[in-house]
This record gives sequence, C-alpha cells and structure tokens, in this order.
Amino acid sequence: MVTWIQVANSVVGLLLAAAAGVYVARDRLTDRVLLAIAGLLTVGLVAQLVTSFVLVLTEDNDANPVTFLAYLVGCVAAMPVAAWWARGEPSRAGTAVWIVVGLVLPFLLLRASQVWDAGAL
Amino acid sequence: MPSDAPAPARPGAARATSTGWGRLLIAVYAVFAVAATGRSSIQLATQADEAPFPYALSALAAVLYLVATWALASDRPGHRRVAWAAVTVEAAGVVVVGTLSLVDEALFPDDTVWSAFGAGYAFFPALLPVAGIAWLLATRPRG
Repeated sequence: MVTWIQVANSVVGLLLAAAAGVYVARDRLTDRVLLAIAGLLTVGLVAQLVTSFVLVLTEDNDANPVTFLAYLVGCVAAMPVAAWWARGEPSRAGTAVWIVVGLVLPFLLLRASQVWDAGAL
Repeated sequence: MPSDAPAPARPGAARATSTGWGRLLIAVYAVFAVAATGRSSIQLATQADEAPFPYALSALAAVLYLVATWALASDRPGHRRVAWAAVTVEAAGVVVVGTLSLVDEALFPDDTVWSAFGAGYAFFPALLPVAGIAWLLATRPRG
C-alpha cells in the first residue's frame, strides 16, 4: 500500500473531523468548505484504491486481496453515503456525521495497510 | 440558531429516531454493521472450521447491527419495536459474550466483536447498545 497516500488521506480525514467539530460547536450545517474537504478526501481514497489494485496485480503478496481491497472500496463507498446522511439532517447533528467519518477512516486505512504488510513476502 | 431537534408534530407523539443526534448514533451503528458484516463473512468464508462458535457469534452481531441501523434509520412506527429488540439482544450479547470470553477462553479460539466487552473496538460495542436504549427512551411516545 502506498504509504504517503495513506498518510495524506489520514491527515485529511482528521482535518475533516476537526473542521466538523468546529462547525458543530458553532452550530453550523455542512457547507461547501466541508464538502470540499470531503471531496478532496474522496479523490485521495480513490487514488489509494487504484494504486492498491495495481499493487495486488503486480506485487507478490500473500494478503487476501478481497479482504485488502474491501477495506479500500468500503472507504470510497462511505463518502457519498456520509454526504447524503449528513445533509439529510437540518441541524448540527448532521454535521457531526463528518466527525465519525474523519475519525474512522484513518483506522480503516491502518487496518488495510496491516493486512497488506502481513502478507508481504 | 437552528434547534438540535425538530419539535414533535403533536404533543405525546414519538420523535423520529433518525432525526437530531440519532443521526450520529445511526452513523456509528452503520460503521459497525459494515465492519461486523465484512469481518464475519470473511471469517466464515475462509476459516469457518477453525473457530465456529466465535464466528457464528460474529455473524449474529453483524445481523443485529444491520437490523439496528435499519430500524433506527427508518421512521415507520413498527420499526421502533424492531430497534428495541435489536439493541436489547445486542446489550445482552455483549454482556454474556464479554463475560464468557474472559471466564472460558477455551470457548473462544478467535475473538468476536464482543470479546472482552468490545475491547478490540475501543469498547464501542458495549457503549452502543446503551446509547441505543437511551435514544429509544428519549424519543419514545409520551402521554
């Protein structure tokens, strides 16, 4: 798994969570700024998925490719669902959904990298 | 300043469980629904023989998380009862399995979501049913 993309995605995830935390404290709804951060994160997650797929095809690794890629597909798929769920609630509780997203994603990426590293030959 | 939750349509009516802070609770439930489903399907598909009892429990947990997520996210009247059933069984499951996993380690050659009261998941599995029950009580019909 490409480490620098993983680190960048984790940082953007934490940034999203922190920004959403400020929004919740100030009683604000999801706006273009939050969506832009989420969009940036989505692009990074897609890049992670594509590069990981290439790694699965080209590298010798004993990791179960389904398990490994399922984590990354899940991360990408979570983003539009989160946007829909966050914007469906007209109060700051909707904005708080981004905190969950931003905090959970770094753990999922860490798990994916552990699965991959454990299979390294 | 927008209020955190819309007022009920009429006094005594139940508030929809998918509104207000329920949004956040359901988001966390959804994470566990996906995580537990992924974990148990891979366990059952690739190594079901190694630890059938924990893996069956993981599958049960996955089903409960899926049902709880769906029932809490839906605002139909009957779904409140389904949500109650799911979170109550879930609460019992995490207490019983959490205790068993510490008392009788031989039963658990591999961990479940609920082992050691969900220690592997920052104890969220123990907190979730409590939060779920609290939320169902807070939004219950009054009068």
